[in-house]
Amino acid sequence: MISLYLAERTWAHGVPAGWKLLALALISLAITPFDSVALMGGLLAAVLVLYVSLGRAALRQVALLRPLLPLLVILLGLHWWTGSLTAGIAMVLRLLAMILLANAVTMTTRMDDMMDAVEPILRPLALFGLSPRAVALMVAMMLRFVPLLFALWEALGESYRARTGKRGGWRLLAPFCIQTLRLSHHTAEALTARGGAPRGKRR
Amino acid sequence: MKDRSLVQIALYAAIFAVLGLMPKFDLPIAGGVPITAQSMGAMLAGVMLGAKRGALAMLLVLFVVALGAPILAGGRGGLGVFFTPSAGFIFGWVAAAFVAGGLMSLLRRQAVFASALIASVVGGIVVLYAFGIAGMALKTDLSLIDAAKACLIFIPGDAIKAVLTALVAQTVARGMPEALLSRTR
Repeated sequence: MISLYLAERTWAHGVPAGWKLLALALISLAITPFDSVALMGGLLAAVLVLYVSLGRAALRQVALLRPLLPLLVILLGLHWWTGSLTAGIAMVLRLLAMILLANAVTMTTRMDDMMDAVEPILRPLALFGLSPRAVALMVAMMLRFVPLLFALWEALGESYRARTGKRGGWRLLAPFCIQTLRLSHHTAEALTARGGAPRGKRR
Repeated sequence: MKDRSLVQIALYAAIFAVLGLMPKFDLPIAGGVPITAQSMGAMLAGVMLGAKRGALAMLLVLFVVALGAPILAGGRGGLGVFFTPSAGFIFGWVAAAFVAGGLMSLLRRQAVFASALIASVVGGIVVLYAFGIAGMALKTDLSLIDAAKACLIFIPGDAIKAVLTALVAQTVARGMPEALLSRTR
């Protein structure tokens, strides 16, 4: 699976995940009350400097914003329509800066480091009989299911084409759901046979 | 929580990801606005799994997105998506699945297709857009009415997805009734 993570090590990789998340949260809270174009422009410029310091691969990820552009144009237009173009520009600058900043944390933090950083937040879930390790297991299962489900969809599509000569499209959805549910039953049985998912308390 | 529920939550979270990654699934209406099948994943999770497990499946999706996996439509993901104007929709998926699942078990005695359609429309459109529009107004300083205008273009696509979800629920109810967990105890 493709990842947003930068394989090439940068200085920001060395900063602990918890600090990066804390900084992101604090910055997003700190800028909420402001809406001056100069301030937001400065923030966006600072974030872009951060990207430059992270190297070329990081700068390439700015292209991730492209699918967002039509929506931003519509929103800017609505602001203009209601008579406050400057507020609209400040809004767009703030959005761009925060999206890029948050993406910078994702780019420079490995998924398991992020998992470790948020583990303390998950601990209260033990009250509901769900251990953080069960959450980790679910994350792993989900990521494993994705390519498996793709293969299943492809197989269903191929057999549909073989029977009818047409593309299955949405018609595959119902058999797909039934097949996947059967798959999940098998997985659950295999999990139970191996001692089951981790319970609330650590053993 | 039982092993089976655990696996099913992970499964529907994965189905949600697959629906987002499917490139050919865009519905070609509303003048080329990219409409993905993703929000159908929230409807499906609620209608098939029930309120609690459906909402947990969507929470798992949010968690994995926050961890940095690019599993949202168009390969988006990471912490950045929580700062986009459509972040309200992302949080809305949890509520959408919960409401859809709740309605599904509330309408347990009615026909599957009709109740799944009602559940998908109320959960996956009414509740989802309430969250989405509120989130957009909050993020962009627009009034609620203006934010609603920016979202309405997606409603026809979501109506189609609600019908598809109901069709799937009906087929599954026929082919594998025990799999419709929102209706079994």
